[in-house]
Parts: sequence; C-alpha cells; structure tokens
Amino acid sequence: MSPALDLPTVWAFIIAFAVFAYVVMDGFDLGIGILFPTFKPGRERDSAMNSVAPVWDGNETWLVLGGGGLMAAFPLAYAIILPALYAPIIVMLLALIFRGVAFEFRWRDPAHRAFWDVAFTGGSIIGTLAQGVTLGALLQGITVEGRQYAGGWWDWLTPFSLLTGVSLVVGYAFLGATWLVMKTEGDVQAHVRRMAGWLGAGTIGLIGVVSAVTPFLKGAYYENWFAWPNVLLTAQVPLLVLVGTVLFFRSLMRGHEYWPFLLALGLFGLSFVGLGISMFPYVVPGAVTIWQAAAPDSSLIFMLVGAVVLVPIILTYTGYAYWVFRGKVGHEGYH
Amino acid sequence: MFDDISALTLARAQFAFTVSFHFIFPAFSIGLASYLAVLEALWLRTKNEVYLNLFKYWLKIFALAFAMGVVSGITMSYQFGTNWSVFSDKAGPIIGPLMAYEVMTAFFLEAGFLGVMLFGMNRVGPKLHFMATLAVAVGTFISAFWILSANSWMQTPRGFTMNDAGQFVPADWLAIIFNPSFPYRLVHTVLGAYLTTALVVGAVGAWHLLKDKTNAGARVMFNMAMGLVAVAAPIQIFAGDMHGLNTLEHQPAKVMAMEGHFESHPDGAPLILFGIPDQKAGEVRAQIAIPKASSLILKHDLDAPLAGLDTVPREDWPPVPIVFWSFRIMVGLGMLMLGLGAFSVLARVRRSLYDWPLLHRFALVMGPAGFVAVLAGWVTTEVGRQPFTVYGLLRTAHSAAPLDAPAVAASLLAFVIVYFVVFSAGTGYILKLMSHAPHPGEPGLEESPGQPVRTAGITPAPGIHHAAEGDAS
Repeated sequence: MSPALDLPTVWAFIIAFAVFAYVVMDGFDLGIGILFPTFKPGRERDSAMNSVAPVWDGNETWLVLGGGGLMAAFPLAYAIILPALYAPIIVMLLALIFRGVAFEFRWRDPAHRAFWDVAFTGGSIIGTLAQGVTLGALLQGITVEGRQYAGGWWDWLTPFSLLTGVSLVVGYAFLGATWLVMKTEGDVQAHVRRMAGWLGAGTIGLIGVVSAVTPFLKGAYYENWFAWPNVLLTAQVPLLVLVGTVLFFRSLMRGHEYWPFLLALGLFGLSFVGLGISMFPYVVPGAVTIWQAAAPDSSLIFMLVGAVVLVPIILTYTGYAYWVFRGKVGHEGYH
Repeated sequence: MFDDISALTLARAQFAFTVSFHFIFPAFSIGLASYLAVLEALWLRTKNEVYLNLFKYWLKIFALAFAMGVVSGITMSYQFGTNWSVFSDKAGPIIGPLMAYEVMTAFFLEAGFLGVMLFGMNRVGPKLHFMATLAVAVGTFISAFWILSANSWMQTPRGFTMNDAGQFVPADWLAIIFNPSFPYRLVHTVLGAYLTTALVVGAVGAWHLLKDKTNAGARVMFNMAMGLVAVAAPIQIFAGDMHGLNTLEHQPAKVMAMEGHFESHPDGAPLILFGIPDQKAGEVRAQIAIPKASSLILKHDLDAPLAGLDTVPREDWPPVPIVFWSFRIMVGLGMLMLGLGAFSVLARVRRSLYDWPLLHRFALVMGPAGFVAVLAGWVTTEVGRQPFTVYGLLRTAHSAAPLDAPAVAASLLAFVIVYFVVFSAGTGYILKLMSHAPHPGEPGLEESPGQPVRTAGITPAPGIHHAAEGDAS
C-alpha cells in the first residue's frame, strides 16, 4: 500500500471532516436551542429561531454522513462503538427528534407553543449533553473482545464523560451566541454579545480542563502529545488557542459582528485538531486502529470516487443556501 | 439464554416499530415533492393562480411531513449500530457505501434546497425557486433508489466475496447495486409512494368537494389525484405481479408464505383467497381456494407444479401468518384502488367528477389506504425475508449486537412513547391544515397570518417578487 494514498487514512480525514462540519453547523443550531429560554417569548425567540430555520436540516445531515460514513468506511468501529454508547446515542436521537419537529410544530400550534419551546430547548440541551458524553466515553476507552463490545451498559457514565458533556453544552451555547451576534440587531444582539463573553470564557476554561485531563486517561494520549520531538508540533495547538482567545475577546469588545463567530469556529477547530492528535491512529482508542477497522479497499475506493465528486458540490450548494438567507434575521415581514 | 432470545425479539420489535413509523413519511413525501414540482411547473407555465394556491397549501403539509421523516430517519441510520452491530460489521462494507451514497446524493440535496423551497420564494424568484423544488423532488427519488438498492441486496445478495473475518467484501458494485430484485422493488415502491400521495390528495379534495363542489382548488386537486390513481393503480398491480414472479425465482419461500402453500402441489396449486395459516401444524385452516389458480398466476399454466414449504427446512421458514395476511391486505387495498380509479373514469365519462358524492365519499375513505398498503407490502417483503437479514447467508439471530434485554426494552419503550407523542401531534397538525379549504390568496410559509415571517436576513427581493406578480396578472 503506497503511503501516498492510504485509503483508511484518507477516510479517517473525510469522516473527521463530516463530524467537524456537524459539530460547528448543528453546534450553533443546538446552541440557539440551549440559549432559547434567555430570550423573551415573542419576537426575540422568533428571530432567534428564524436565523437557522432554513438551514438546520442541512446542518443535521452531516450527522447522518458521520454515522453512515463510519459504518461504511470503518464497519468494525461502528459495530463496537455504537453498542458501547447505547444509552447516550439513543437519548441523543430522541432529543434530536424533539428539537427537529419543534421548528415546524411551534408555528402550527400557538396554543401549545410554550410546550414546543420547552421541547426545542430540552431537545437541544439533552442532545448536546449526550453528544458530549459520547465523546468523553469514547476517549476514556471501550472494552473490546474479538470484534465486539464487551463492557457493561453503564461504562459510559463517568465523571470525565459528564465533564465533556457539560463542556459541549457550554461550547454549543457559545457558538450559538456568536452566530446570533452576527445575525441579530439591537437589544437581542446586545444580550447575545454579553452571553458570548461569558460562554466564551466558560468554553475556553473547559477546553483547558478537558485538555489537561485527557493525556492522563489510559491509552496513548500522553505519548501522542508529549513525546519528543512531536511536542514541538503539538504545543502549537494550545498556543494557538491562547492567540484565538485573545483575538476573540478583542473582537467582541470592539463590537465586531462576524469575527466573534469565526474565531469561535477557529477555537472549535483547534479543539478538534487536538482531539485528532489524541486519537490518531486509533478509531476505538486503545483498542482498534483505523487500519484494523477499515472496510475492504473495494468499499473505500467506490465511496471515495463519490466523495471526491460530491462533497465539493454539496459544499457549494450549502454555501448557496446560506447566501440566499444571508444578512440580519427578521422577526416580521418585509412584504 | 432466555435473555438472549428476548433481547433479540425486543431489538426486532424496535426496528420494526421505528422503521414502520419512519416509512410512513417518505412514502408520502416522495409523491408529495413530485406533486409540488408539478403544481409549481403548471403555475409557471399557465400563470393560473389556482396552482400557486395549491402549491402553498400542500407546501405547509410537506414541511411537517418532511421534518418528521428526517428526524425519524436519523434514528434508523444509528440503529444499525446500536442493535445490529454484527450485521453492520459483516454487511457494512456493502450496505454502508450504498447508504453513504444516499446521504451524499440525496439527503444533502433535499436538505440543502428545502430551506429555499420553504422560505425562499421572495428571495430567489420563481424560476430559481422552481429549481429548488425540483432538486428536493429529485432528491426524494434518489434517496429511494439507494435505500431500496441496499434493501434489495439484503433480499437478493450478489457481487461479493467473503473474507476471513466473515465480512461481505464487494467484488462488483454494479452487480451489487442492480441486484436481481432491485428494479422490481424500486418500481413497485415508488409507484406505491405516488399512489399513497394521490389517495391523500384525492381524499382532501373529496372532503372539500363534499362541502363545496365549486371550490376551484378542491376541484383541481381531486381531478389530478383521480387521474393519477386511474393510471397508476393498474400499472401498480402489473408491477406487483412482476415483482412477485421475481420473488418466486429468487426467494421462493417468501412466495410460499404469501400464498399459504405449506404443501407442494405437483399438478396445479390452488389460490387460497382466505384461511387461517397454522405455522405449527403446517396447514391453512378453513381455507377458501380457487383450484389451480395460483399456478395460473405464478406460472401462467393451470397444471404447473408449485413447491411448498414442505421442501424448505423448518428453521428457514418465515413467519407464515404475518406474511400471508399482510400480503392479502396489500392486494385487497390495491384492488380497491383499482376500483376507485375505474369509478373516477366512469364519473369523467358521465361528466360528474365533481358532483357525485358517492365517488367523493369513496375517495375520502380511501385516503389512508396507501399508507396501509405500503406498510403491508413492506411487512410482506421484510418478514418474508426472515429468518435472515442477508437472505440465505446471515441469520437475523446472528446479526444482533451483544444486547441486554433491559437496555433494549427501555429504549423500545422510550421510542414508543416519544413517537406517539411527537408523531400524533404532527399528524394532528397535518389533519388540521387539511381541514382548511384551499382558497385564493393561500398564505405561504413565509407569510401565514398570525405568525412572523420565518425568512432570515434583510435582503428582500421585492423586484423579483413584483415582477412575478406582474407576470401572473
């Protein structure tokens, strides 16, 4: 196998890209759901929801690509990870049902709008918490025997997985707040700008805590981060986080509208790179590498042809959809 | 051991429950997306406002049905892993890429243009908006293509080898995608989806015609729906027959269960119309049968021999009573659809399509028939595939995850509660929208009275909007 085109590595990057696209795009949708109760019922809530109503469905599709792609490219990993994380994944799916239908239902049923608002927020918070728990449970390691999960049904629940769960809730709320800084005006914008400051501080603090704990979990994390001379490279990640933090607070103070969101994306991107450094080349940390889990080459090549052609097209028309609905969100009509 | 069995049963119940609920929505939205594209095309071509009003009327319903289809569908793509991990490990190299293509070619296309379709008319103008509607409609079809290819491969697997880990390794992708049952299943299922939508649209039209036979919108939708039923129902019966012959060739045990043929018939098999199949005893009690008719249908020869389940090892039998009954429900409803189509043709000949209350009542009663028929057909083909997930090669009992009965039971219960709350509310909202008569100046999603505009952004395109109105007048 030539190192120039190692198919499992290529697919690991594609799936990582899909998961990252999901995390940032549905991240701000879910963040708006988490922040929803802090807006006044009526026009504030309406415009917050309006800002993502045309795009949330496309954003959530990256989750299907992440899950479906994992099954297709790394079926063994899919078959081990999903049973291991049974409870948080089922909870996430159920929570996302409430969150998703709330977009339509709250407009159809003014009499029960309060109920669907609670469903929107509850679905967003619980769904995010479950995603964060899933991540933490994966990082802390999964018991594998042969080709199957061999642990218990509550292995996923640990202080570390709860920490990553809460961190993701704060992080998505941070993304949602900076998104709304970009999409709203007036009182709402002033409110989300304040929130963005607090949530930014919280997110960065929690990134620090999770990063500090992760190398001491079992697995090769410590080695991946601190082995000489790799550390010269890996040390750039926390340094860049510091730079990003400074730039973020500066742009927020100066009243910039787009930069806080873009810098928040940058901080998420750096966290994601950090995650990649921790995990690579394992897909089930400490147990299964991407090469062990990979589907046969005939599967990977067949999909790669499609992905190379289709993903750029998808990104193009997704960009078009965002372009159509660009600018500040309205809470009332312009017809 | 007891735990193993019950966990497996619960996992199967969970899959059956979630997939059945999910299937209802695409069965409706595949047809409805195409119907919306046709309505918008007719509006653009004729500038007749009645088509635009109908478009907006059905678009609101589509938005609800589509959202429910999306959220119930995401569940499916993860359930393969949570409950059927061994199947995913072994068949993932084949099923996974087919589903990845579904996501890349269909889901993104639908989701990407749905926002423009629902909220973008005033921002992009009618022509680009029509392209968005078309993209969504094409997306629903592409989605059906891939998922039915994956499903058909499980029924008639081809184009693979096995590796040491027991995985199915793709050897010939064209043989995998266009496996023997796929073309038949695709045609039969998509036609089923179109009929389902036509029956719903027809029932809504009929309901409003019964109240006011001059309602222009109700007349147009009833006319269009009955036209489609009249044409598609006979084609569907023919397509179903072809699909059945294909099944007889590749999955004879399924056809034996559908027919209730426990015994072989060396000189002409009877067509059992009704009866009570008894799996244990291996016989159909109290049967009403037409001698030799089954051989006539399946072999086009009254005296052709037909093998029965007595030629199949018992451990390979599908659950006969379920398959036997679901097949009869599907066929019975298909015949009623044929009857409705014929009735509507008669009404056209008599020039009384809009003022024959008996026809309208018939169409109204038939409103949900498509859903029931599609689900019954799905049960026939999926339960008929048992006891295998990959037909003849991988048993259902060997496909499940290392499951714990209480965990599966708890999640099944959660699914049941959530689905009933969420989807009965959604269905209620759809029925409420349907109960309003279509009328001129139908509000769209961006401009319904009593709710704020949902379009994001401040860059309206009033010029385009007014130009469109100018064209229309």
